[in-house]
Amino acid sequence: MTQTEDKLIIGGREFTSRLMVGTGKYASFEQTARALEVSGAEIITVAVRRVNLDRSKESLLDYIDLKKYTLLPNTAGCYTADDAVRTCRLAREVGMSDFVKLEVLGDEKTLFPDNEELLKAAKILVAEGFTVLPYCSDDVIVCKKLEDLGCAAVMPLGAPIGSGLGIRNPYNIRIILENVTVPVIVDAGVGSASDAAIAMELGCAGVLMNTAIAGAQDPIAMAEAMKLAVIAGRLSFKAGRIPRKLYANASSPLDGMIG
Amino acid sequence: MRIVLNGDCVETGDACTVETLLQQLGISRERVAVELNADIVPKGNYEKQLLSDGDKIEIVHFVGGG
Repeated sequence: MTQTEDKLIIGGREFTSRLMVGTGKYASFEQTARALEVSGAEIITVAVRRVNLDRSKESLLDYIDLKKYTLLPNTAGCYTADDAVRTCRLAREVGMSDFVKLEVLGDEKTLFPDNEELLKAAKILVAEGFTVLPYCSDDVIVCKKLEDLGCAAVMPLGAPIGSGLGIRNPYNIRIILENVTVPVIVDAGVGSASDAAIAMELGCAGVLMNTAIAGAQDPIAMAEAMKLAVIAGRLSFKAGRIPRKLYANASSPLDGMIG
Repeated sequence: MRIVLNGDCVETGDACTVETLLQQLGISRERVAVELNADIVPKGNYEKQLLSDGDKIEIVHFVGGG
Protein backbone atom coordinates (compact mmCIF):
# COMPACT_ATOMS: atom_id res chain seq x y z
CA MET A 1 0.00 0.00 0.00
CA THR A 2 1.36 3.40 -0.89
CA GLN A 3 1.12 6.41 1.37
CA THR A 4 -1.31 8.15 -0.93
CA GLU A 5 -3.86 5.32 -0.77
CA ASP A 6 -3.85 5.27 3.02
CA LYS A 7 -5.83 8.43 3.68
CA LEU A 8 -6.81 9.77 7.06
CA ILE A 9 -10.38 11.07 7.01
CA ILE A 10 -11.52 13.50 9.70
CA GLY A 11 -14.79 15.38 9.53
CA GLY A 12 -15.21 14.37 5.89
CA ARG A 13 -11.82 15.79 4.89
CA GLU A 14 -8.98 13.66 3.56
CA PHE A 15 -5.41 13.94 4.75
CA THR A 16 -2.28 12.13 3.62
CA SER A 17 -0.06 12.97 6.59
CA ARG A 18 -0.87 11.39 9.94
CA LEU A 19 1.41 13.75 11.84
CA MET A 20 -0.24 16.82 13.31
CA VAL A 21 2.01 19.54 14.63
CA GLY A 22 1.63 22.41 17.05
CA THR A 23 3.03 25.87 16.33
CA GLY A 24 4.03 26.99 19.85
CA LYS A 25 7.41 27.34 21.56
CA TYR A 26 9.61 27.76 18.47
CA ALA A 27 12.53 30.19 18.52
CA SER A 28 11.11 32.23 15.63
CA PHE A 29 8.29 32.29 13.09
CA GLU A 30 10.85 31.30 10.42
CA GLN A 31 11.76 28.23 12.41
CA THR A 32 8.10 27.37 12.94
CA ALA A 33 7.43 27.58 9.21
CA ARG A 34 10.46 25.47 8.34
CA ALA A 35 9.62 22.77 10.91
CA LEU A 36 6.04 22.56 9.63
CA GLU A 37 7.29 22.24 6.08
CA VAL A 38 9.77 19.48 6.91
CA SER A 39 7.26 17.59 9.09
CA GLY A 40 4.89 17.17 6.15
CA ALA A 41 1.98 17.92 8.49
CA GLU A 42 -1.27 19.06 6.91
CA ILE A 43 -3.09 19.84 10.15
CA ILE A 44 -1.46 22.38 12.45
CA THR A 45 -2.70 23.68 15.77
CA VAL A 46 -2.85 27.31 16.80
CA ALA A 47 -4.02 29.10 19.94
CA VAL A 48 -6.57 31.93 20.19
CA ARG A 49 -5.26 34.97 22.04
CA ARG A 50 -5.80 38.70 22.32
CA VAL A 51 -4.21 40.79 19.59
CA ASN A 52 -1.25 42.59 21.08
CA LEU A 53 -2.10 46.28 20.71
CA ASP A 54 1.32 47.63 21.71
CA ARG A 55 3.79 45.63 19.72
CA SER A 56 4.48 44.66 16.14
CA LYS A 57 1.51 43.43 14.16
CA GLU A 58 3.64 40.60 12.80
CA SER A 59 1.74 37.35 12.99
CA LEU A 60 2.50 33.65 12.73
CA LEU A 61 0.06 33.45 9.84
CA ASP A 62 2.24 35.81 7.79
CA TYR A 63 4.86 33.07 7.69
CA ILE A 64 2.62 30.15 6.83
CA ASP A 65 1.14 29.19 3.48
CA LEU A 66 -2.47 28.95 4.58
CA LYS A 67 -3.45 27.05 1.44
CA LYS A 68 -1.26 24.14 2.52
CA TYR A 69 -2.57 23.61 6.03
CA THR A 70 -5.80 22.96 7.85
CA LEU A 71 -5.70 25.13 10.94
CA LEU A 72 -6.82 23.45 14.13
CA PRO A 73 -7.40 26.18 16.73
CA ASN A 74 -7.15 24.93 20.29
CA THR A 75 -8.77 25.95 23.54
CA ALA A 76 -5.53 25.75 25.51
CA GLY A 77 -5.74 27.47 28.86
CA CYS A 78 -9.50 26.95 29.24
CA TYR A 79 -10.63 25.40 32.52
CA THR A 80 -14.41 25.53 32.00
CA ALA A 81 -16.76 24.38 29.25
CA ASP A 82 -18.03 27.97 28.91
CA ASP A 83 -14.55 29.38 28.26
CA ALA A 84 -13.75 26.61 25.80
CA VAL A 85 -16.99 27.12 23.86
CA ARG A 86 -16.43 30.89 23.78
CA THR A 87 -12.89 30.36 22.45
CA CYS A 88 -14.13 27.98 19.74
CA ARG A 89 -16.76 30.46 18.58
CA LEU A 90 -14.07 33.15 18.30
CA ALA A 91 -11.79 30.73 16.45
CA ARG A 92 -14.47 29.97 13.90
CA GLU A 93 -15.24 33.67 13.46
CA VAL A 94 -11.60 34.29 12.53
CA GLY A 95 -12.83 32.43 9.51
CA MET A 96 -10.41 29.76 8.48
CA SER A 97 -11.81 26.53 9.84
CA ASP A 98 -14.60 24.86 11.76
CA PHE A 99 -12.11 22.34 13.12
CA VAL A 100 -11.34 22.79 16.81
CA LYS A 101 -9.01 21.01 19.16
CA LEU A 102 -11.13 21.05 22.28
CA GLU A 103 -9.24 20.93 25.52
CA VAL A 104 -10.70 21.72 28.92
CA LEU A 105 -8.05 21.46 31.58
CA GLY A 106 -8.59 20.37 35.14
CA ASP A 107 -5.38 21.38 36.80
CA GLU A 108 -2.37 23.62 36.05
CA LYS A 109 0.23 21.21 37.30
CA THR A 110 -0.79 18.15 35.32
CA LEU A 111 -2.76 19.81 32.51
CA PHE A 112 -4.92 16.71 32.59
CA PRO A 113 -8.36 17.10 31.03
CA ASP A 114 -11.46 17.87 33.07
CA ASN A 115 -13.55 15.22 31.35
CA GLU A 116 -16.85 16.40 32.83
CA GLU A 117 -16.41 19.92 31.41
CA LEU A 118 -14.99 18.47 28.20
CA LEU A 119 -18.14 16.42 27.56
CA LYS A 120 -20.32 19.43 28.31
CA ALA A 121 -18.40 21.60 25.84
CA ALA A 122 -18.27 18.88 23.16
CA LYS A 123 -22.05 18.53 23.22
CA ILE A 124 -22.60 22.26 22.66
CA LEU A 125 -19.95 22.54 19.93
CA VAL A 126 -21.16 19.51 17.96
CA ALA A 127 -24.69 20.97 18.05
CA GLU A 128 -23.28 24.24 16.66
CA GLY A 129 -21.70 22.43 13.73
CA PHE A 130 -18.06 22.39 14.78
CA THR A 131 -15.74 19.54 13.81
CA VAL A 132 -14.60 18.66 17.31
CA LEU A 133 -11.30 16.91 18.06
CA PRO A 134 -11.13 16.57 21.83
CA TYR A 135 -7.95 16.15 23.87
CA CYS A 136 -8.97 13.65 26.55
CA SER A 137 -7.77 11.11 29.07
CA ASP A 138 -6.66 7.69 27.85
CA ASP A 139 -9.96 6.35 29.14
CA VAL A 140 -12.18 4.30 26.85
CA ILE A 141 -15.38 5.32 28.61
CA VAL A 142 -14.70 9.01 28.07
CA CYS A 143 -13.65 8.34 24.47
CA LYS A 144 -16.86 6.41 23.78
CA LYS A 145 -18.94 9.22 25.28
CA LEU A 146 -17.12 11.76 23.09
CA GLU A 147 -17.72 9.60 20.03
CA ASP A 148 -21.42 9.22 20.92
CA LEU A 149 -21.71 13.01 21.20
CA GLY A 150 -20.52 13.31 17.60
CA CYS A 151 -16.86 14.22 17.92
CA ALA A 152 -14.93 13.68 14.68
CA ALA A 153 -12.01 12.01 16.45
CA VAL A 154 -10.76 11.34 19.95
CA MET A 155 -7.32 12.47 21.09
CA PRO A 156 -6.21 10.63 24.23
CA LEU A 157 -2.99 11.77 25.85
CA GLY A 158 0.06 9.52 25.80
CA ALA A 159 1.50 11.34 28.82
CA PRO A 160 1.15 14.84 30.32
CA ILE A 161 1.42 17.74 27.84
CA GLY A 162 5.04 18.69 27.21
CA SER A 163 6.37 15.86 29.40
CA GLY A 164 8.05 13.81 26.68
CA LEU A 165 7.34 10.65 28.68
CA GLY A 166 5.98 8.74 25.69
CA ILE A 167 2.99 6.40 25.56
CA ARG A 168 2.63 5.57 29.26
CA ASN A 169 -0.26 3.20 28.92
CA PRO A 170 -0.28 1.48 25.54
CA TYR A 171 -2.87 -0.99 26.79
CA ASN A 172 -5.37 1.79 27.44
CA ILE A 173 -4.74 3.10 23.93
CA ARG A 174 -5.34 -0.41 22.56
CA ILE A 175 -8.61 -0.70 24.44
CA ILE A 176 -9.72 2.67 23.06
CA LEU A 177 -8.76 1.57 19.54
CA GLU A 178 -10.86 -1.57 19.88
CA ASN A 179 -13.93 0.26 21.10
CA VAL A 180 -14.31 3.46 19.12
CA THR A 181 -14.74 3.86 15.38
CA VAL A 182 -13.68 7.50 14.95
CA PRO A 183 -9.97 8.17 14.38
CA VAL A 184 -7.86 7.86 17.54
CA ILE A 185 -5.03 10.40 17.61
CA VAL A 186 -2.48 10.37 20.40
CA ASP A 187 -2.15 13.96 21.56
CA ALA A 188 0.53 14.94 24.05
CA GLY A 189 3.37 13.09 25.69
CA VAL A 190 5.52 12.14 22.72
CA GLY A 191 9.20 12.85 23.36
CA SER A 192 11.09 11.12 20.58
CA ALA A 193 10.56 9.49 17.20
CA SER A 194 10.21 6.02 18.72
CA ASP A 195 7.27 7.24 20.84
CA ALA A 196 5.51 8.42 17.68
CA ALA A 197 6.21 5.08 15.98
CA ILE A 198 4.82 3.18 18.97
CA ALA A 199 1.59 5.17 18.83
CA MET A 200 1.22 4.38 15.14
CA GLU A 201 2.14 0.70 15.59
CA LEU A 202 -0.65 0.41 18.14
CA GLY A 203 -2.99 1.35 15.30
CA CYS A 204 -3.62 5.01 16.04
CA ALA A 205 -4.84 7.10 13.13
CA GLY A 206 -2.36 9.85 13.88
CA VAL A 207 -0.16 11.64 16.38
CA LEU A 208 -0.27 15.27 17.46
CA MET A 209 2.78 16.88 19.02
CA ASN A 210 4.37 20.25 19.67
CA THR A 211 7.06 20.30 22.35
CA ALA A 212 8.82 17.17 21.08
CA ILE A 213 9.71 19.06 17.90
CA ALA A 214 9.87 22.68 19.07
CA GLY A 215 11.86 21.81 22.18
CA ALA A 216 14.40 19.55 20.47
CA GLN A 217 17.96 20.83 20.11
CA ASP A 218 17.44 20.80 16.35
CA PRO A 219 13.71 21.22 15.75
CA ILE A 220 14.01 20.93 11.97
CA ALA A 221 15.83 17.59 12.19
CA MET A 222 13.31 16.35 14.76
CA ALA A 223 10.43 17.40 12.51
CA GLU A 224 11.84 15.13 9.82
CA ALA A 225 12.43 12.32 12.33
CA MET A 226 8.80 12.55 13.44
CA LYS A 227 7.56 12.53 9.87
CA LEU A 228 9.50 9.35 9.13
CA ALA A 229 8.56 7.73 12.45
CA VAL A 230 4.85 8.24 11.84
CA ILE A 231 5.15 6.82 8.32
CA ALA A 232 7.25 3.88 9.54
CA GLY A 233 4.93 3.17 12.46
CA ARG A 234 1.89 3.24 10.21
CA LEU A 235 3.49 0.88 7.66
CA SER A 236 4.59 -1.43 10.46
CA PHE A 237 1.05 -1.54 11.84
CA LYS A 238 -0.42 -2.26 8.41
CA ALA A 239 2.23 -4.89 7.66
CA GLY A 240 1.36 -6.90 10.76
CA ARG A 241 4.18 -7.64 13.14
CA ILE A 242 5.40 -11.13 14.11
CA PRO A 243 4.19 -12.59 17.39
CA ARG A 244 6.51 -12.15 20.37
CA LYS A 245 8.21 -15.37 21.45
CA LEU A 246 10.28 -16.05 24.50
CA TYR A 247 12.86 -18.26 22.79
CA ALA A 248 14.90 -18.10 19.60
CA ASN A 249 13.73 -19.20 16.18
CA ALA A 250 16.65 -19.52 13.74
CA SER A 251 16.50 -17.51 10.55
CA SER A 252 18.97 -19.69 8.62
CA PRO A 253 18.12 -23.26 7.50
CA LEU A 254 19.30 -26.09 9.74
CA ASP A 255 19.72 -28.43 6.73
CA GLY A 256 22.99 -28.44 4.76
CA MET A 257 25.30 -27.52 7.60
CA ILE A 258 28.91 -28.50 6.85
CA GLY A 259 30.09 -31.67 8.55
CA MET B 1 -16.17 57.73 25.45
CA ARG B 2 -14.26 54.98 27.16
CA ILE B 3 -14.29 51.32 26.25
CA VAL B 4 -12.46 48.33 27.68
CA LEU B 5 -10.33 46.95 24.86
CA ASN B 6 -8.60 43.62 25.50
CA GLY B 7 -8.73 44.36 29.21
CA ASP B 8 -7.43 47.95 29.00
CA CYS B 9 -9.46 51.14 29.32
CA VAL B 10 -9.10 53.28 26.17
CA GLU B 11 -10.64 56.48 24.84
CA THR B 12 -12.40 56.44 21.49
CA GLY B 13 -14.31 59.05 19.54
CA ASP B 14 -18.10 59.08 19.54
CA ALA B 15 -19.91 57.21 16.76
CA CYS B 16 -17.10 54.67 16.67
CA THR B 17 -17.90 51.38 14.96
CA VAL B 18 -15.98 48.11 15.15
CA GLU B 19 -14.67 48.87 11.67
CA THR B 20 -13.34 52.30 12.62
CA LEU B 21 -11.77 50.88 15.79
CA LEU B 22 -9.90 48.22 13.77
CA GLN B 23 -8.75 50.87 11.29
CA GLN B 24 -7.47 53.11 14.11
CA LEU B 25 -5.56 50.16 15.52
CA GLY B 26 -4.17 49.19 12.11
CA ILE B 27 -5.60 45.69 12.42
CA SER B 28 -6.68 43.78 9.31
CA ARG B 29 -10.18 42.37 9.72
CA GLU B 30 -9.29 39.25 7.79
CA ARG B 31 -7.51 37.38 10.54
CA VAL B 32 -9.22 38.51 13.72
CA ALA B 33 -12.44 37.88 15.58
CA VAL B 34 -14.20 40.52 17.65
CA GLU B 35 -16.36 40.10 20.70
CA LEU B 36 -18.59 42.87 22.05
CA ASN B 37 -19.71 42.35 25.64
CA ALA B 38 -19.02 38.60 25.30
CA ASP B 39 -20.99 38.21 22.05
CA ILE B 40 -19.30 37.62 18.69
CA VAL B 41 -19.63 40.45 16.20
CA PRO B 42 -19.97 38.81 12.75
CA LYS B 43 -17.52 40.26 10.23
CA GLY B 44 -20.43 41.48 8.11
CA ASN B 45 -21.57 43.75 10.95
CA TYR B 46 -18.31 45.58 11.60
CA GLU B 47 -19.36 48.72 9.69
CA LYS B 48 -22.72 49.12 11.37
CA GLN B 49 -21.89 47.91 14.89
CA LEU B 50 -21.63 51.08 16.97
CA LEU B 51 -19.77 51.03 20.26
CA SER B 52 -21.16 52.52 23.46
CA ASP B 53 -19.51 53.96 26.54
CA GLY B 54 -18.35 51.15 28.82
CA ASP B 55 -18.43 48.42 26.16
CA LYS B 56 -16.05 45.54 26.60
CA ILE B 57 -14.29 44.61 23.35
CA GLU B 58 -12.07 41.61 22.76
CA ILE B 59 -10.05 41.35 19.56
CA VAL B 60 -8.35 37.99 19.13
CA HIS B 61 -6.22 36.23 16.53
CA PHE B 62 -4.29 33.01 16.09
CA VAL B 63 -0.89 32.64 17.72
CA GLY B 64 1.48 29.70 17.99
CA GLY B 65 0.14 26.94 20.20
CA GLY B 66 0.02 23.20 20.63
